[in-house]
This record gives sequence, C-alpha cells and structure tokens, in this order.
Amino acid sequence: MRTAVVVFPGVNCEHDVVHAIESLGGEAELVWHRDTDLTGFDGVILPGGFAHGDALRTGAIARLSPAMKEVARMATDGAPVLGICNGWQILCESGLVPGAHIANRDLSFICRFEELEVVDTNSVLTRGAEPGQRIRIPLNSYEGNWVDPSETGRVVLRYVDDPNGSQGGAAAVSNAAGNVVGVMPHPERAIDDLLGSSDGRVLLESFLHDD
Amino acid sequence: MRVTVTIDRRPEIADPEGTTVKKALHDLGFTEATTVRMDRVIHLDVDGDDPDQVRARVEEMCRQLLANPVLEDFAVELEPSSDGAG
Repeated sequence: MRTAVVVFPGVNCEHDVVHAIESLGGEAELVWHRDTDLTGFDGVILPGGFAHGDALRTGAIARLSPAMKEVARMATDGAPVLGICNGWQILCESGLVPGAHIANRDLSFICRFEELEVVDTNSVLTRGAEPGQRIRIPLNSYEGNWVDPSETGRVVLRYVDDPNGSQGGAAAVSNAAGNVVGVMPHPERAIDDLLGSSDGRVLLESFLHDD
Repeated sequence: MRVTVTIDRRPEIADPEGTTVKKALHDLGFTEATTVRMDRVIHLDVDGDDPDQVRARVEEMCRQLLANPVLEDFAVELEPSSDGAG
C-alpha cells in the first residue's frame, strides 16, 4: 500500500508519519499541498502541525489547497484517508468528516499520554483493533474539543478521562462509510516501546491493511 | 467600500475562552457581566460602488471561507464611504 503524506506550510509531523508507516512495512511519500495529482497512491494521511499558522481557523486555509481536491476524490472512491490532529481539523473544514474543533474546555494545551477506548471497529483506523481495547498514545493539541451539532460523526475512539470536552469523548471520528477518519492524539508517536508506547501500531496497521 | 463582518459563535456552541474571560471579570468584581462571548470582527476594504452587490459578494466570502457554518453565524455591515463620494 502506497500512502501519500500531504505537506502543508506549517505542518510538523510529516516525517514522524513517514517513519511510522515505513516501520510498519508500508510505503509513504511526502507530497506538497499544491500537487494536483495523487494518482498511484492507495491512501492518504494529513499529518499534524499548524497548517498556514492556523490563520482564521484551524484547517480553514489548508482545505483550499489543490491537493485537497484529490483527497476528496480518494475519499469518495473509498480509499483510506486519515487526518491526525491538525489533519483532522482540515478534514472537518473540508466537510469530509462532520463537525468542527474549538479550544479545549479548560483552555490548556494538552501534551501528554491519553488512554483511549476503541468503541467502533468499522473504520480504517480501528478495523484491526478489538472493541473495548485500551490504547495509550500521546495527545498534543489546543483545539481538540470536537463539536458536531449534526450528530452524524461516528466516534471510533473515545478518551477514557475526557481531557478536553470533546463531544461524546471523541478522540477519533469516522465518516459514515468508515474510510475517512480524523484522530486527535498521535498514533505515529507511539509505534515503539522506546517512545513510551507502541499502542499506535494497531491503529496504523489498521490503516495499512484491510484484512 | 469599508465592510465590517462580525462572526458569532452560535449560542449553543461552547466558548471556553469567553467562559475564562468571564471568570476573570468576576474575580475583578465585575460580577454583573453575566455572558462573555469572544466573537470575531473582520474589516475589509472591498472594490465596488453598488452596496447590494458588495454585500452579496461579502456574504458569499463568509459562506465560503470567513465563517464556519458548523459553529458560526455572520453579519455583514457596510460603512458609509469616507472618501466624500457617497
């Protein structure tokens, strides 16, 4: 499986994502946000960071990038699409997953390991996990407080301790089809025990493998 | 033409920043401040003389970019021209 990792100006997790995907036996390639053709890629990841310095709203400018037309096409075609942290915010602004993000409930920038629970395994992020499985990976965000007035987003991972006020405790949300997922904590930073946890592996392996 | 766009987070959506500022005002003794909402104001200078047309274009800017329809409402206000022409 060949995965495109889209680089917007201000993104800062792209190399971590490439390293993680390659460590798991996948193929990953950085693509610039102005690229207009993602033909030949089987999946796409929008990595974390601060695209365009979060101008206006997180993800608001990034969703206008030419590459996002290709991301939307791949999402429609059923390809795995994953947005991590800022990448999830971009997916929301693009309307590829429902909802939007606001500041954390306590206005704190949260940077620590969080315990998550798998609540839905019908998504490209969780299909290899067990329902109820506990996963410990790092959260690193200020605007991780997801709101979805439409109540159409499908929560696939939830925080055990509700650190930020996210609706339904959502740490990861899927579109109806399950192939487009946004996740706030960082699975790519938890792929080896040397990093404090290897719990992110099951999530990224889910992304890479549909069996 | 000078245009002012006000972006309001809808009342049913939480505003953690507004809540924090309200608490700080109360700490200072301004307990009469019962609601604080951190809305956003955007000033634009827009080419065009036809107020209806300018308004329609700016409203479209709000729909496409300036406001997030999931969270926010917007209001567009045209300011009288200050160059003496209108």
